Amino acid sequence: MNWQRTTAALIAAGALMLPALAQAQDAKPFKLGIVTFLSGAAAGPFGVPARNAAELIVEALNSGSVPAPYAGKKGINGMPLETTIVDEAGGTTKQVTEYRNLAERAGVDAVIGYISSGDCLAIAPLADELKKLTIFFDCGTPRIFEDASYKYLFRTGGTATMDNLAAARYLLKKKADVKSVAGINQNYAWGHDSWNDFKASMQTLKKDVKFATEQFPKLGAGQYGTEISALLVASPDVIHSSLWGGDMEAFVLQGTARGAFDKRTLILTAGESAMHRLAGQIPDGTIIGARGPHGDFAPKSELNDWFRKAYEARFNTPPTYPSYKMAQALLGLKAATEKAAGDQASRPTDEAIVKAFEGLTFTAPSGEVHMKLGKGHQAIQEIAYGTFKRENGKATLVDVVRYPAECVNPPEGVKSMDWLTGGLKGAKCD
Amino acid sequence: MAKLGTHALLLAAAVVLVPLGLVLPTWLVFLVTIGLAKGLVVIGLVVMMRAGLVSFGQGLYYGLGAYSAGLAANFLGLNDAVLLLVIGAAVGIVVALGLGVLLVRYRQIFFAMLSLAVSMILYGALVRSTALGSTDGFNLPPPTFLGLAPDVETGRRILFVLALLLALGTASLLHRFTRSPTGVLGEAIVMNEIRVEYLGASVSRVLLITYVIGAITAALGGVLVALATSHIDPDLAFWTTSGEFVFVAILSGTGHVAASLVGMVLFETVRSFAFQYSPYTWQMVVGTAMLLVIVFLPYGLWSLVSRGEGRSARP
Repeated sequence: MNWQRTTAALIAAGALMLPALAQAQDAKPFKLGIVTFLSGAAAGPFGVPARNAAELIVEALNSGSVPAPYAGKKGINGMPLETTIVDEAGGTTKQVTEYRNLAERAGVDAVIGYISSGDCLAIAPLADELKKLTIFFDCGTPRIFEDASYKYLFRTGGTATMDNLAAARYLLKKKADVKSVAGINQNYAWGHDSWNDFKASMQTLKKDVKFATEQFPKLGAGQYGTEISALLVASPDVIHSSLWGGDMEAFVLQGTARGAFDKRTLILTAGESAMHRLAGQIPDGTIIGARGPHGDFAPKSELNDWFRKAYEARFNTPPTYPSYKMAQALLGLKAATEKAAGDQASRPTDEAIVKAFEGLTFTAPSGEVHMKLGKGHQAIQEIAYGTFKRENGKATLVDVVRYPAECVNPPEGVKSMDWLTGGLKGAKCD
Repeated sequence: MAKLGTHALLLAAAVVLVPLGLVLPTWLVFLVTIGLAKGLVVIGLVVMMRAGLVSFGQGLYYGLGAYSAGLAANFLGLNDAVLLLVIGAAVGIVVALGLGVLLVRYRQIFFAMLSLAVSMILYGALVRSTALGSTDGFNLPPPTFLGLAPDVETGRRILFVLALLLALGTASLLHRFTRSPTGVLGEAIVMNEIRVEYLGASVSRVLLITYVIGAITAALGGVLVALATSHIDPDLAFWTTSGEFVFVAILSGTGHVAASLVGMVLFETVRSFAFQYSPYTWQMVVGTAMLLVIVFLPYGLWSLVSRGEGRSARP
C-alpha cells in the first residue's frame, strides 16, 4: 500500500507549506511576535481578551486611527505592524522552543507576550541571549527583575506585589476594625505568592490581625465544598482570594449558596476580569481589584474612551484588564521606538530602542506608565480598588480609591518581600 | 543496507549529524536537542515496554533528573554539564532501586497507575515548595563543559553534540541490551512469566534491571532538557509529560530503540511548525498527523524501515 503512505506524506507536507506561501510581503514592516494563551484554562479570562486587544490596536495603529498622543505616525514610526500570534500553552520547554523559533525562524523584530510567570522566568534570560527586544505584558512575579537584570527585556505591567498591598490598604481604609483574615488561593505559584504578599502586608499594616485559615485548592478544582466548610468553621471577617476564571466563578457561586460571604468581606484581587460576566453572582460589598488602573478603573481620557468604544463595538463586551495590559505593551513599544527614532523615518537600532525605553514615561488607556524599577525596565503605575455594587443588574464599582505608584511599589533596588516585611520604607502615598 | 548493523548505522548518524550541529541555525539545533533529550526518555521507555512495563510515570525520573541538576547548579555551585548528568543519573538509580523493588511486583494497568501516582507525588511536593518557586520553577546558569566555559551560543551547540552522542550511545547500548539474555528474558516475561521462573531465571531481577534502565535514561533526558532550556518547573513531572512519552513510544514503534529518537524529533518539529502556522488549530494539525501515522502505520514509524528490510530479505 505504498500510495497510501505517499498520499499521507504529501497531504502533511502540503498542510505545512500553505501558510508559508501566503506570507509574501511588500513594504518594510515591523514584525511583532505575540504570545498569549489561545487554549487552556487561561485562554478565556486572559489570553483571548489580550489577543483581541492586540488585533484591535495593531489594526488601529496601521490605519492611524489611534487618538492622541499616538495620532502622529501610522504603525510604529511609519512602519506597518505585522503580527505572528503564538499559543502560550504547552509549558516552559515548549515556550522556550517557540520563542527561539519566533526570534530566529520567523525573524520578528520584537516579541510581546506571556501571561504565566513560569514562562516569563524561562524566557527572560533568552531575550538577552538572542538580543531580541521583548516585552512581558501581564505576568506578575516580581522575581524577574529582582533576581536578575536584563538589557533587551521590559515589563510594561506592574508586579503582583502592588495588587495585594493595595488590597490590604483598601481593606483597612474601609474596615479598620478587621480582626481576622482567611485566604483561599490556588495551589500554584500565583496563589502562594498572592497570599504571602497579602499576609505580609496585613502583618505590617495591622499587627494584631489574626490569620484564621489558609486554603490552597488545586488549580482548576471546580469544587470548593471542603474549603468553604473550613472557611465557615474558621469564621473570619475577611476572605482574601486571587482565584480567576472558572475557579473564581465556581467559588463565588458555591460560597454564596452556603452563605460564606454573609456579614463577611470578600476580596477578589483579580475580580475585575470576570466582573461583568458574573454581575448577577458577586455579592454586593465585595472588594474588587484589576491588577492596576485597568478596565472600569481606567481614568477618563480621550485614548481610554476611544479604546473602550472601539473594543465594545468589535467584541460586544467591555475590555478587561488583560486587554488593557496588552494595549499598554503595544503603545509602550511604539512610544519607545518613536522616541528613539526622533525625526528620522527609518527603523532605529535595537540598542537605540532599549535606551529610549529605559526609564520612559508613556501614556496608555490606563493612564501614565513609568518604567522606573529594574534599572528602568520594570513599569510601575497607580492601582485602584473599589467595592462591587449591582445596579439594575449591571456591575458597578463604588468607593474607588486610587493609590499612587510609589505608595504600592518598593523603591528601586529593594526586593518586594523585604519591603513588605520591613515596614514599607519609602512609600509615598499622597 | 539491511546487512549493515545497527551500531554502524548509529555511528554513521553521529558522523553526519555532529558537523551539522555546528552549521545549522540555532533554533533548529535547539529543537533537535530537545527532541533528542526527550527521545532519550522514550528509548528507556521502549525497553521497559518490551518487558511489559508500560510506565505512565517516567515524568518522575525526568523531573528528578532536571531538579537534581537545577539544585546542584544553584545551591552547590556545580555547573559542569557532564557532572550534572552523572548526578542526575545517580539520583535516578538510587530512587529507582528503592521504588523499583515495590513497583515491579505489579503488572499492566496496576504498574501504569502506580508509576503515575508516584510521579504525581513528586509533582505535588514541588508545587507546594515555595522555596523552589512552586509552579514557576527556577532558572539554571549556563553550564560549563569539562571545565570549558564557552560563549552562550557555542555552549548550545556543544550541548547538542553532547545530547546527540548520549542519545546515540544509549540507543546502541540498549539495542545490545535487548539482544542480551536479560533483554530477551524481558520479552519472555510478557509471553509467560511462570515459564521464565521455571527456566531458573528471576523475573523480579530482570524487571528491576529494566526499570532502573528506564529511570537512568529518563533522568539523563531531564538533565539535558534542564540544561537546554535553562529553566525547570514541576510540569516536568506532571502526568501529561509522562503521557507524551508513552504516546511517542507507540507512535515510533517498539521494534527498535533508535525509532524513539526519530519519532520524538519529528513530533517536536511537527508541533513547532503547527504552533507557528496555525496558532488556533495546532492541536488539530498535530492530532491529524498522529492519526495518519496510526491509520497507515499501525506498528509505528519504524515499520517504514522494517517493512523495507523484510521485503529486501525476500528472494
